[in-house]
Amino acid sequence: MERRRSFPDVLAGGIFVLIGGAFVVGALGYELGTPTRMGPGAFPLLVGVAVVALGLAIAGKGLIAGEVISFGPIPWRAVAVIVLAVLFFGFTIRRLGFVPTTAVTALLTTLASARVRLLTAVAVAAGLTVASTLIFVVGLQLRIPLWGPWLGL
Amino acid sequence: MELLDNLALGFSTALLVQNVLYCFVGVLLGTAVGVLPGIGPTATVAMLLPITFSFEPVTALIMLAGIYYGAQYGGSTTAILINLPGESSAAVTALDGHEMARQGRAGPALAAAAIGSFVAGTVATVALAAAAPPLASVALKFGPADYFSLVLFGLLVSIALARGTALKALAMIALGVLLGTVGQDIYTGTPRFVFEQRELYGGIDFVSVAVGLFGVAEILRNLENEQTRTAIVSKVTNLWPTREDRRRIVAPILRGTGLGAALGVLPGGGHVLASFTSYAVEKRISKRPQEFGRGAIEGVAGPESANNAAAQTSFIPLLTLGLPAHPVMALMIGAFIVHGITPGPNVINDEPALFWGLIASMWIGNVLLLLLNLPLIGLWVRMLRIPYQVLFPMIILFAAIGTYSLNFNAYDVYAIAFFGILGYVLIKCGCEPAPLLLGFVLGPLLEENLRRALIISRGDPSVFVTRPISAALLVLAVVALVAAVLPSIRRRRAVVFAEE
Repeated sequence: MERRRSFPDVLAGGIFVLIGGAFVVGALGYELGTPTRMGPGAFPLLVGVAVVALGLAIAGKGLIAGEVISFGPIPWRAVAVIVLAVLFFGFTIRRLGFVPTTAVTALLTTLASARVRLLTAVAVAAGLTVASTLIFVVGLQLRIPLWGPWLGL
Repeated sequence: MELLDNLALGFSTALLVQNVLYCFVGVLLGTAVGVLPGIGPTATVAMLLPITFSFEPVTALIMLAGIYYGAQYGGSTTAILINLPGESSAAVTALDGHEMARQGRAGPALAAAAIGSFVAGTVATVALAAAAPPLASVALKFGPADYFSLVLFGLLVSIALARGTALKALAMIALGVLLGTVGQDIYTGTPRFVFEQRELYGGIDFVSVAVGLFGVAEILRNLENEQTRTAIVSKVTNLWPTREDRRRIVAPILRGTGLGAALGVLPGGGHVLASFTSYAVEKRISKRPQEFGRGAIEGVAGPESANNAAAQTSFIPLLTLGLPAHPVMALMIGAFIVHGITPGPNVINDEPALFWGLIASMWIGNVLLLLLNLPLIGLWVRMLRIPYQVLFPMIILFAAIGTYSLNFNAYDVYAIAFFGILGYVLIKCGCEPAPLLLGFVLGPLLEENLRRALIISRGDPSVFVTRPISAALLVLAVVALVAAVLPSIRRRRAVVFAEE
């Protein structure tokens, strides 16, 4: 049989083994109990082992007769900027307040596109900030302060 | 007749002003996200879910359901006009629908889709109303062991219907179940996998998972190769189908409705399967199979009816068994729970107004879609011109705000980023995200019923095979698994999905 090595298969398998394995290790730290009274660790252990086994099977199959998938390019800039924007939002929403957090998050996100011009980005971010303030705070009465304690207001 | 009384109750609920209004908002939004490529109903429902928490439960569910079936509808519009299916189930509509549009017959194609969808929606609503009560009364007899087997069956059937290899779908389900164990253990209160972070005690919020997998990951995929979407939109003139068209679509609509209503009940994407099956059936029994792919109106009417009927009947397992057939329904389970209602066989007796109101609203929603879509075609087409550079920051921002407003918990927002990246990488590796979300939502049910069944049987695992309902479901689950893995059937499955 022709050997078709598939990088995506091996990567996917690896991810399953890694996450499943982490849960297995974690689950062993909790009480496993008996079949009648299963402890908190028993079910995660069972499922974790299953995930590891499936991951190994996928990776193993990927080495011999993998699925033909083109992995394609990775938009590194978009990945980095969007993750940063989302983390920024979570971290500062309470501290900076709704308006500044939304504005910065929107501006960052807009810059994820490699083709955007700075002026367009600022305009889109400003528009989105106004729109979301109107929709979420004015319209839907979301209880998030507009300006947060970090601004000393 | 009891059915008529029930439907009367349903319509008296669904016709309340605020319910009609939010039904309208739901189908309007649904159509919009169905039209717009790059955002689907799952991400939309996930983002809007927090907003609906302040609504009456029935109003919230009516709107969320409207988004779901409205999106199926909107997806076909873009499939016909610009050969860009907004939803996976509309992919098959693009084959003949877009061909018709290129021949200057976009109007009849859109009309056939709309009329087919409406007929299918009407029939399926009645089917839903008729099938739900008996099924719910059977489900009431279920013990924990039966429920465990039922959930397992539902998860395994969804593999058979998923795209990609069965092995990967299975792994995604298991991973979802595993991630669902984060948080406090229901029986002992032990916090699991929380890294001493109090914010994680409640578990990972499923909205974060859904927004990450279906919102962020999808955006990253779209940003891989940015192209300016030059939508060459066919002009829509003369909507009304000719007499010949009308004669040709009657039978396909009826067959599609039947197929869709039956297949929609299956967990995990029955509506995609329904539209492909309907297309295959119409092509096979047609006297003019050579016309298929070259603008056969049967190839639009049949699949569109099937798809819409399936969208409707896929609520049957949700409303009677508490089993979601689609990621959107997994999110709706959350909406039920937030309002203190456990989705499952009890809903029909405990909350009859909600149950029947939701069903009746689907028919009203179908009327609204019919009235809304044909005259507003121009508006939807113009929406396609919104540049993606405006659209995707809006999605990310609204996702972050919506998720934060769930519990005012920053960890829910961080989780979006985590699941966005995880989902993105896994999708690139050929793993569909839907099974993970289904596993995540159903995982806790699986664990709870497993443990409860074993407590009742004093640790004897044979309870799962000695109870007849449970045994039957497990047999079916095994059959589904074998069917998904067997090469011959896998090849047929590949054929069904190959045309996407």
